[in-house]
Amino acid sequence: MTAINTILVPLKRVVDANVRVRVKPDGSGMALDGVKMSINPFDEIALEEALRIRERGEAEEIVVATIGAQVCTQQLRGGLAMGADRAILVEVGRELEPLTVARTLLALVQREDSQLVIMGKQAIDGDNNQTGQMLAALWGRPQATFASHLRFNGGVATAMREVDAGLEVIEVDLPAVVTTDLRLNEPRYTKLPDILKAKKKPLETVTLDQLNVEPETQFQVLGIEPPAQRPRGVKVGNVDELVQALRQKELI
Amino acid sequence: MARVLIVAEHDGQSLNPGTAKCVSCARTFETSAIDIAVLAGDGGAVAAQAAALAGVTGVIRVDHPANESALAAVAAPQICELASDYTHVFGPSTTFGKDLMPRVAALLGVGQLSDIMSAEGAWRFKRPFYAGNAILTVEAPQDRPVVATVRTASYQAAESTGKAPIREHAVDAALPAHTRFIETRSDSGGGRPDLQTAACVVSGGRGVGSKENFELIYRLADKLGAAVGASRAAVDSGYAGNELQVGQTGKIIAPQLYVAVGISGAIQHLTGIKDAGVIVAINTDAEAPLFEVADIGLVADLFAAVPELIEALGG
Ligand SMILES: Cc1cc2nc3c(=O)[nH]c(=O)nc-3n(C[C@H](O)[C@H](O)[C@H](O)COP(=O)(O)OP(=O)(O)OC[C@H]3O[C@@H](n4cnc5c(N)ncnc54)[C@H](O)[C@@H]3O)c2cc1C
Ligand SMILES: Nc1ncnc2c1ncn2[C@@H]1O[C@H](COP(=O)(O)O)[C@@H](O)[C@H]1O
Repeated sequence: MTAINTILVPLKRVVDANVRVRVKPDGSGMALDGVKMSINPFDEIALEEALRIRERGEAEEIVVATIGAQVCTQQLRGGLAMGADRAILVEVGRELEPLTVARTLLALVQREDSQLVIMGKQAIDGDNNQTGQMLAALWGRPQATFASHLRFNGGVATAMREVDAGLEVIEVDLPAVVTTDLRLNEPRYTKLPDILKAKKKPLETVTLDQLNVEPETQFQVLGIEPPAQRPRGVKVGNVDELVQALRQKELI
Repeated sequence: MARVLIVAEHDGQSLNPGTAKCVSCARTFETSAIDIAVLAGDGGAVAAQAAALAGVTGVIRVDHPANESALAAVAAPQICELASDYTHVFGPSTTFGKDLMPRVAALLGVGQLSDIMSAEGAWRFKRPFYAGNAILTVEAPQDRPVVATVRTASYQAAESTGKAPIREHAVDAALPAHTRFIETRSDSGGGRPDLQTAACVVSGGRGVGSKENFELIYRLADKLGAAVGASRAAVDSGYAGNELQVGQTGKIIAPQLYVAVGISGAIQHLTGIKDAGVIVAINTDAEAPLFEVADIGLVADLFAAVPELIEALGG
């Protein structure tokens, strides 16, 4: 018996990291029409880690889950192609606040009797960096956030965490929530046969109602605006001119 | 009126400047209290520093052996216990605050605001998202606590001119044993200024080419009395430690002078330096996006320009 039967990996569909998004001219939101969408990069890292854990024989099964609209099945199929065993779409028509996302993930954890959730530290659209910590709190379980190394020994996980001072090592009892940082691993590329295979893997759709989650909106959005622009600078021709410019600004 | 509780970040001896920046944020709206909670093994020294911050009305010292090292799962129930007296609970948007505050919020059954960059009154805040490509204005409801992290690059630290009373609080909450601190490993610093508070920062990117070459960045930094930073590519390639990464998913900084060497200026990097006073870019590629935000750009090979610059700055 392995210590972990099911690893839950939440995937968020987000605007691709290489796209430079802008605020719509009328300030009603971001201009996202026709923009490339991807799995949140930190979630890809989470899935890669889960795959490696399963490949080491330390877990039985990997379930990927998304809370979002029907189009998010693209990202779930992407997760299945990477190697997840099955997928769950919690179909919701609008963006939910992290607390509701965490409540929904808790319902999935309980439904799937999962011992480990690995997820991104941050979704690169909302930049909240909250959901994993909230899930761990609601679940009453440990959190190992910003992980850059992860090992298991029976029912205990040892995580190295990227913190402001450098690296920190903590030990947590399972079940637990792990959130990923950039250096945890490098996600694999999916091959064409895997994409074809993924089409046959189970993908289930559920609603918040079925999970008994009441969506809650706490924060009222009053406006979205572009950030202040920095004034255009100058180019200098050589190091002497650079030094002069710095002296002029009394920086050296 | 708003009553703000700020969770102190510290290492057992000194208060992290992020805490004083949270105080500055709270001072921008009307409050009847700005208190600081110090959770520590022995919080004597830290509590005294917290009590000295201008604008602080009180310090709550929570000494407990379990608070010897900062663990979110251990601290969160203690903060929740204190939170009932407050309308707001703030922490810095450092890895400490990001780890802890969402856990506090969820235990209180409320949402959390990340990276407050300005407050327009006690219940209306601005925060960046989409890698700083957009600024959101949100209103929090007044019938429940506002739990938030404060974007440290947006505030100056409150001065140390005050003398608030310190009271002790005994822990009632049950503390979990499922999370255990093992060790901290950090090799950076070497007597250099702290990246998050330094007046001057020199950062190196992939263009620097190797860990050995990164010495050049350290030498220039030492000449300028600067802290050292790095791009993600430089950290991923092992040229620099993860604690030096500047950007959307690393550290957001606001030095007076930022010198970027061999960094292209991806949006994820730029969002970390937007608030810098003067940005200098040294790069061989005149089209590098960093030049779009740089106040002073030098198109040059760093291996020629940086040694020359070190020389020009004198012995
Ligand atoms: C989810 C996610 C999060 C991210 N978070 C961050 C983050 O927090 N911070 C961050 O920095 N990045 C982050 N990135 C990565 C970011 O997108 C870029 O890949 C990264 O910033 C590039 O680093 P770089 O500029 O050092 O490397 P490159 O883009 O490769 O640029 C190297 C530059 O060096 C110049 N150069 C080469 N040789 C020389 C020479 N001899 N002299 C002078 N110049 C030279 C080149 O012209 C080039 O412009 C993130 C990416 C993702 C997907
Ligand atoms: N709608 C969602 N569906 C699935 N997972 C999500 C969703 N929103 C957030 N997450 C997960 O929570 C992580 C942190 O997101 P955030 O707290 O919003 O920055 C992400 O990396 C995802 O793993």
